[in-house]
Amino acid sequence: MMNRTKCLQMLAPHLTDEIVVATYSTASEWVEMSDRALNYYSFGAMGLASSHGIGLALARPERRVVVLDGDGSLLMNLGTLVTIAAAAPKNFTHIVWHNGSYEANGGHPLPNRDVDFTAMARGAGIANVRRIERMEDYEAQLPAILSEEGPVFVEMMIEQGPLGPRSYEDMYKAERRQRLREALRA
Amino acid sequence: MNAPAKAVSGVLHGAPIIKAVKEAGVSHVLSVPDLHTAGGLLTPIRSDPDFTLIRTCKEDETFGIAAGLTYGDKRALILIQYTGFLYSMNAIRAIACEHKQPMCMMIGLLSKEVGVAPQESKKFGLRIIEPILDVMGIERHYIDVDEDVAKIAPAIRRAYENSHPVAMLIGRQPI
Repeated sequence: MMNRTKCLQMLAPHLTDEIVVATYSTASEWVEMSDRALNYYSFGAMGLASSHGIGLALARPERRVVVLDGDGSLLMNLGTLVTIAAAAPKNFTHIVWHNGSYEANGGHPLPNRDVDFTAMARGAGIANVRRIERMEDYEAQLPAILSEEGPVFVEMMIEQGPLGPRSYEDMYKAERRQRLREALRA
Repeated sequence: MNAPAKAVSGVLHGAPIIKAVKEAGVSHVLSVPDLHTAGGLLTPIRSDPDFTLIRTCKEDETFGIAAGLTYGDKRALILIQYTGFLYSMNAIRAIACEHKQPMCMMIGLLSKEVGVAPQESKKFGLRIIEPILDVMGIERHYIDVDEDVAKIAPAIRRAYENSHPVAMLIGRQPI
């Protein structure tokens, strides 16, 4: 099992002009670790991170969009995998942190902790899928994950991180959304 | 807030609706098919080179995608049935109302009786749409006959200029 914090620390130096769409527990960590203008936090409705990412990817095809999704979040919007496969944005990377629990909601388990997201993504029609369980594999594959023609789907097998409560007030501020708009128009 | 929509007589054509949506600068249409608008709107939109049609599996996806498009300065129309609007309530609450994103919804009132105002329909699901929009503070327009189509382009433009949601309720089936 990998550690999400370490994975995010490894991801951060690889990013330049990518848009990062992070959600809930991951977003809490990410905003402290890498507070970039090109971070997108405008959801407020669980499950829709990848949907926001599709819109961004289609609107700005010259930029890579990296969605940092949760397993519980994705389960609330499984149809998105089919939508992603059909829309097929080439600049889209969808990373799902699989720890088998609703970490942001008290750490209760998913209805089935062993759900196979990689198989689901493949079955939905996404060809570029991978499941990663070891840090050394993640490190080796990270450049490809961020550069291969999308949609790219990655299931990251991780241990449960620290439980909440978390405040999302700061990341949902209108100023952050404005900062993103300005960065995208620059 | 708005007065309840009133019943009027007339016809509603799909072509002028599509023309109005284009005039408002919409480039992307996001939709789960709605029997009410499938023939008169979605079918011609599907083959219209001026639009990119994104099909989704559930209606709440359309709000996330539309928000993402907005950040990339693309305008989107969300074309759904009233049941899909009801399903998407949490996404609308968050994205459209709390984050004040310009979500432009065209909502088909499937099975609404012709010549009957939405709030006077025998169908519970149709009667509650306008009150829900009002309590959420969402601007709404009733598009039931061709004369109503003139409201569409200004409403979409206003939504993007002021960053607020708008709902256009399609009363009768467009032909």
